[in-house]
Amino acid sequence: MFLNSEFKTSLKKNLQLSNLIPQLLLILFFFFIIYFFANNAQLNMKARNMSSGFDFLGTNSGFDIQFSLIDYDGSSSYGRAYLVGLLNTLLVAFFGIFFATILGFIIGVSRLSSNWIINRLSLIYVELFRNLPLILQIFFWYFTVLRSLPSTEKSLIIFNFLIINLQGFYIPKFIFTNSHYIFYGIVFSLLTIFLIKYYANKMFYEHAKVIPVLKISLFLIVVFPVIFSLIGGVTINVEYPKLVKNFGIFNYLGGVKLIPEFLALVFALSLYTSAFIAENVRAGILAVNKGQKEAAKSLGFNNSQSLNLIVIPQALRVIIPPTTNQYLNLTKNSSLAAAIGYPDLTGAFAGTALSQTGKAIEIIFIVMMTYLTISLLISLILNWYNKKIALVER
Amino acid sequence: MNKENIKSWLKVNLFSNWYNSIISLFVLFVILSIIPSFIDWAIIKATFIGKTKADCKSGGACWVFIGVWFEKFIYGFYPDKELWRVNLAFIILILTVISAFFVKPKIKPYILFFLIFIFPLIGFILIHGGFGLENVETRVWGGLSLTFMLTFFGIIFAFPLGVLLALGKRSELPVIKYFCIAFVEFWRGIPLITVLFAAAIMFPLLLPANTNVDKLLRVAIGMGIFESAYVAEVIRGGLQSLPKGQYEAAKSLGMSYWKMNFLIILPQAIKTVLPGLTNTFIALFKDTPLIILVGLLELLGMVNLAKSNSYWLGMAVEGYIFVGIIFWFFSYLLSRYTQSLEKKFSTERH
Repeated sequence: MFLNSEFKTSLKKNLQLSNLIPQLLLILFFFFIIYFFANNAQLNMKARNMSSGFDFLGTNSGFDIQFSLIDYDGSSSYGRAYLVGLLNTLLVAFFGIFFATILGFIIGVSRLSSNWIINRLSLIYVELFRNLPLILQIFFWYFTVLRSLPSTEKSLIIFNFLIINLQGFYIPKFIFTNSHYIFYGIVFSLLTIFLIKYYANKMFYEHAKVIPVLKISLFLIVVFPVIFSLIGGVTINVEYPKLVKNFGIFNYLGGVKLIPEFLALVFALSLYTSAFIAENVRAGILAVNKGQKEAAKSLGFNNSQSLNLIVIPQALRVIIPPTTNQYLNLTKNSSLAAAIGYPDLTGAFAGTALSQTGKAIEIIFIVMMTYLTISLLISLILNWYNKKIALVER
Repeated sequence: MNKENIKSWLKVNLFSNWYNSIISLFVLFVILSIIPSFIDWAIIKATFIGKTKADCKSGGACWVFIGVWFEKFIYGFYPDKELWRVNLAFIILILTVISAFFVKPKIKPYILFFLIFIFPLIGFILIHGGFGLENVETRVWGGLSLTFMLTFFGIIFAFPLGVLLALGKRSELPVIKYFCIAFVEFWRGIPLITVLFAAAIMFPLLLPANTNVDKLLRVAIGMGIFESAYVAEVIRGGLQSLPKGQYEAAKSLGMSYWKMNFLIILPQAIKTVLPGLTNTFIALFKDTPLIILVGLLELLGMVNLAKSNSYWLGMAVEGYIFVGIIFWFFSYLLSRYTQSLEKKFSTERH
C-alpha cells in the first residue's frame, strides 16, 4: 500500500510538465548526437571508400606479435590478435596485482612499525612511488634499468634458475603430462574446504568451538593435487633455457622468455600500485579501535586469536574495497603497455591492428567495451562484497 | 639533545629487541652503501657546465643535457621570440593564485570567476595568438608549459561538468539520473589511453568532412570529460555526507532547486570533499604525459625526444630524473596542501 502510493506520487511528479521537458530534451539531445555522429561517420567512410562493420575480425592480420600465450602468427585473424592482446593484458594485470598486493601489505605494515628506520623508509617509498607519473616509471624501467643489463654472452645466471640479460629474463619451463589431474585435485580440495568451512561455522556458532580452517585449507590445497597427480601419473619435465650460437650470434633457446616490455610493465605497475595499497593497509589497521584488542584480551583471547578473530577481520573490511579499486586501476593502467610496445589489448589491437586496417571506430569501440566489461564485473563483485560485509547496526 | 637522550632514543626506535636490531643494522648498511655512490654520481663527479655531450668526461651525471635542452623541455618548439607570451600568461596565473591567499574572503569569488572565465581567454589569446599577436600553431606547443596548460584546462573543464553530473546522479528525474549514472560509469570504466586514441584518431571521423578541430583541443576535451567523471564521484560523496535537514531547511525557505544547490548544498559538500578533489587533480596532472601516445610532446615527451637525439644518446637517466623531480615536487606539494586542508576543515576533535 505504502509502496503503491509512493509510486503514484513519483509517477505524478514525472508527468508534471516542468519535470517532463528537461527529460525529453535530454533524450532528444542524446539521440541527435548519436544520429549526427553516425551520419557523419557513414558519409566519411563513403568518401574514403572504406567499408564499415566487424567483418575484418575474420580476415588475416598479416602481422606478427612477439609475445603471445596462444599460437599466433601472421596468418591468424584479427579476432585472434584481439584474443592475444586480451590475454596479454590479463597476464600483466595478474602478475601486477600479485606483486602489488604482497609489496603493499609489507610496506603498509612497515608504515606502522616501531622501528624508526623501517617506518621512515616505507614512508619515503610510498611518497616516492605514488607521486611519480606511472608512465615515467615504466619508461625508467624499460629505457634505463632493463637496457643496462648485460648482453647475452655475459648473462647473469642465478642458481641456473633465472637468467638475466638484455633480451629479458629466462626461466625454466615446466612441462606437465596429464595435467588435468592437478586441476581435478584443486577442484576437489576446494569442495572439501567449502564443506569444512560450513562445518566450522556451525561448530563456532552452536558449540563455540574454533576449528583452524585456514591451516586445514592450506594443507588440503597442497595434499589433494599431489595425491591426484600421483594417481593420474602426472610427470613434470623441466626444460632449461640453453645458450645456442647461431650465425655467430648467441641466443638462449627453450624455457620461458619474459620480454623486457613485460618486465618493465610488471615492475612499474606493481611498485606504483603497491604504494596506494600500502596506504589502504595502514588505514585499515589504524581503523581498528584499540578497545577491540583490549576487549579481546579481557575475554581471555590470546594474541593470535585476537589478531585472527578480532583485528584482521575488521581491518580487512576497511582494506578490501579501496584495494579492489586499486586492482581495477592497475588493470586499466596496464593499457600504458602501448607506450613501450608490449602487445596488450591497447598495444597490439588498438595500436597495430588499427593502423593496419584503419577501422578506428570499430576497434576503439571493441577495446573500450572490453575494458568497460572488466571494470563493471569487478565493481559488481565489489558491490556484492560490500553488501555482504556491511556492518549490521541495531 | 644530550648523550642520554640519544641513547634512549636509539634504544626505543632502532634497537628495541634483537630482530629489530638486525633489521636496523641491515637497512643502515644498505643505505650507506647506496647513497654515497649515488651522490658521487649525481653531484661530485657530475658535469654541470658545457655545451655538448663531449664536455661530460668525468663519468658522473651529465647535467649539461638538461641545461642545453632546458628551453625545449619547458616550452617545446614554441618560437624563441614569442616566449614572453607564454611567460606572461603563467605570471598572470601565478600572481592571481597568490593574491587569492591574501585578499578578503569577500573578493575570493571574483578571483575564482576571473580564473574560470576570463583568464582562460587571456591565456589562450596570449599563447595561441590573435588581436595583433602572431598565430602560434598548437603543434609547436610542448614541454612543461603544455603539461600545466592541459592540467589547468582539465580542471576548469572537469569541475563544472563534474558538479552537474553529481547533481544529476541524485536527481529525482529518472531519465536524467540514469543518464548521468551511465555516463559516469562509462568514463570511469575505460582507461585514459583509449580516450586519447578516440579523440585523436576516431573523433575526426565522426565530424562533418570539412570541419577541422585542433588535435590538442580534442585531446584536452577528452581528458576533461574523462576527469569530470571522477570529479562527479568525489562530489557525490560530499553530497551524500550532508544531513537531510539541509535540503529540508532550504526547501522550507522556498528556495528553488538551483538556488538550494548552489547556495546551500554545494558549498558545504565541496568543502568536505576538497581533499578528494585535489587528489583527482593531482591524478590529472600525473596523467598528462600520456598524450605522448598520440604524438603530443609535453615534458616527458620532450625528454624522450631529446634522449633519442643522436648527439645525446645515453642521457635517459638524467632526463628521467629531471622529469621525476618536477612531477614529484608538484604532486607532493599539492598532496601536502591537501592534508593541511583536511586538518583545517576537519570538525572532529582530537
